[in-house]
Amino acid sequence: MIKVNKKGEVWVFAEQHRGKLEDTSLELLSRGSILAKQLGVKFAAVLLGDNNVKPLCDKLIHFGADKVYLAQHPLLEHYQTNSYNKVIYDLIHKYEPQIVLFGATPTGRDLAPRLASAVKAGLTADCTDLQIGSHEIKKTGEKYDNLLMQIRPAFGGNIIATIINYDRWPQMATVREGVMPMPEANGTRKGEIINETVHINQLDLPIEIIAEHIQAKKVNLKASRVIVAGGAGVGSKDNFKLVYDLANCLGGAPGATRAAVDLGFIDRDHQIGQTGTTVRPSLYIAVGISGAIQHQSGMSDSQKIIAINNDPDAPIFNVAHYKIVGDLNAIIPMMIKAIKEKV
Amino acid sequence: MAYNCVVLIKQVPDTKRITGQAMNEDGTVNRAALPAIFNPEDLNALEMALQIKDTCGGKVTAVAMGLPAASDVLREALFRGADDAVLVTDRRCAASDTLATSYILSCAVKKLKADIVLCGRQAIDGDTAQVGPQLAEKLGITQITYVEEIKELKDDEISVKRNTGNGWQQVKTKLPVLLTVIDEANTPRVAGAKMLMKNKKARTPAELEGDAGKIKELEQKGLLIKQWDLDFLEADMQWCGRDGSPTKVHRIQSVVLAAKGTKQIEATQDGLNDMIHELIVDHTIG
Ligand SMILES: Cc1cc2nc3c(=O)[nH]c(=O)nc-3n(C[C@H](O)[C@H](O)[C@H](O)COP(=O)(O)OP(=O)(O)OC[C@H]3O[C@@H](n4cnc5c(N)ncnc54)[C@H](O)[C@@H]3O)c2cc1C
Ligand SMILES: Cc1cc2nc3c(=O)[nH]c(=O)nc-3n(C[C@H](O)[C@H](O)[C@H](O)COP(=O)(O)OP(=O)(O)OC[C@H]3O[C@@H](n4cnc5c(N)ncnc54)[C@H](O)[C@@H]3O)c2cc1C
Repeated sequence: MIKVNKKGEVWVFAEQHRGKLEDTSLELLSRGSILAKQLGVKFAAVLLGDNNVKPLCDKLIHFGADKVYLAQHPLLEHYQTNSYNKVIYDLIHKYEPQIVLFGATPTGRDLAPRLASAVKAGLTADCTDLQIGSHEIKKTGEKYDNLLMQIRPAFGGNIIATIINYDRWPQMATVREGVMPMPEANGTRKGEIINETVHINQLDLPIEIIAEHIQAKKVNLKASRVIVAGGAGVGSKDNFKLVYDLANCLGGAPGATRAAVDLGFIDRDHQIGQTGTTVRPSLYIAVGISGAIQHQSGMSDSQKIIAINNDPDAPIFNVAHYKIVGDLNAIIPMMIKAIKEKV
Repeated sequence: MAYNCVVLIKQVPDTKRITGQAMNEDGTVNRAALPAIFNPEDLNALEMALQIKDTCGGKVTAVAMGLPAASDVLREALFRGADDAVLVTDRRCAASDTLATSYILSCAVKKLKADIVLCGRQAIDGDTAQVGPQLAEKLGITQITYVEEIKELKDDEISVKRNTGNGWQQVKTKLPVLLTVIDEANTPRVAGAKMLMKNKKARTPAELEGDAGKIKELEQKGLLIKQWDLDFLEADMQWCGRDGSPTKVHRIQSVVLAAKGTKQIEATQDGLNDMIHELIVDHTIG
């Protein structure tokens, strides 16, 4: 652990695979730079990889980093828990940042806990918001200012907890994918690149990767302005055509609940919710979806929500701006007609 | 080669069944109103360990840290085929975050000298998925997260398929290792009638409320579930409980996901035309 260091920088782990930065890392750059400004400190990205990742530094700077700590080594080509852990552990002890953020990607959630344990610092999981605030211990009257408020759902999405750590730093958190807006690149931004010497060897790579398969995601839900999502109520794979048709005439993407995915109506890439993608489109149309909390937590931040359900008491109506009670099989064709005539 | 497997299991409130009654007025969760269950993915971890025992031989020990009530999930593990069970319970464990939890669990696992440690990926109450990797770090062993399948286990080498979120990876490493197991890995077996009969009366000392006679009796019958406290674990108190936990809860709110002003639309062509018109006017679509 490091001591509380109010002059410490704000860091984001810049996750890259095969020379491509993860969207979540870019999303974190927007919030990270705001937090650093509020604290009056520098904002840095930490980039690890083989000798080909240097070009990514400019991108990180254009998206908001003041500095990039660049650790290049042939053995850092593929992510491995121990090697990445060791390099970042050394950097944390060298520079003593006050905040270190990771995307809550499969890699981020593999690395961050191992690292927090090694550093003996606290780690908040899967945050959906980060703010700067203060905390008072009622009993003693001690007050701590300028802390990182780490806001996260827990208990299956039924509660929102704000977590802090005021005595053992850095303040570390993983942040859920898709919850922070993607910043706009500014090609004229300038920053500093700091080359770090890396001390690792073959012993830091206890894992041998024998085979690997990467599936390109078939849909990009996060980038869609309109999403039409179907649930178990759609009834069958064939009937899901209604969902595609409505999405198509709005230039939107089809989404689904876990129940619809489990029933084989549509591929898992389309799942929205706690264990799927989190989305915030301009318009979300929920069709035959009951509105379980695990689904709501992935879509309730949408700007406008239309819900179609034949059960007037379905929980989805609690978050809907437009409530339509009735049979989706009758309503969708009428809606398509209305859109085709107006748009 | 036979393997010594240790499975970490957590008793959790069934957060899938949460209702209004399960929320206190101050927004905290009333755990008493929810049934306590075996954390779902820990059942998958247990199943994976039992399959290792079925094919290679060896031993499966289940370890749970929690209140004496967690004895229930340990018994459940015995019913399903675990050979041994350990309850780690101590008042001083209260308020442990994942760092303190993994430290305490590491003290217990060290006593068991495991070849393979198995955790669920994530518990459905704390929802962090941090304990597995943190426990591996505390034990100083290799971790493999999101394990879907063991491909090969031979001598001191294991090869597994892990889910990487956008595909899969097959990786190989040397034992000892810690695996975190996902729910796609397998279908957990149910309790076996024989094991159920055999272990129905198994109890932890805490459940017997310290009745020395009863404890002795169960011990002789091999039905006393092991119970360890922090003194027995020789745990360093600075890393346990509240003191050992850098994360603190600042605030808890219950989720009220309510939209402001829901407008009911008639399910007629006219009603839908009006709604679409509104959405075009306010630039939501079009
Ligand atoms: C609302 C809320 C929010 C929280 N947020 C955080 C946070 O952000 N950061 C943090 O450090 N702590 C947090 N905690 C505390 C944390 O939930 C506890 O430390 C908990 O004991 C372990 O974390 P988990 O439930 O997330 O387990 P996970 O890390 O999700 O569990 C993974 C696996 O570890 C094993 N395991 C976990 N706990 C036990 C156990 N007691 N006995 C046996 N095996 C176990 C199981 O195999 C389990 O499947 C939070 C608690 C609450 C109530
Ligand atoms: C740990 C965990 C994680 C989860 N993660 C997710 C997740 O990421 N995403 C997710 O979606 N779920 C998730 N779930 C599952 C979630 O709890 C619900 O089971 C799921 O969202 C329900 O899907 P549904 O609304 O499609 O189905 P149902 O709950 O079965 O609802 C179907 C609805 O369709 C309506 N309906 C039926 N026929 C018609 C008709 N003709 N016209 C109009 N309406 C009709 C019914 O009234 C009903 O309300 C998770 C659960 C757990 C435990």
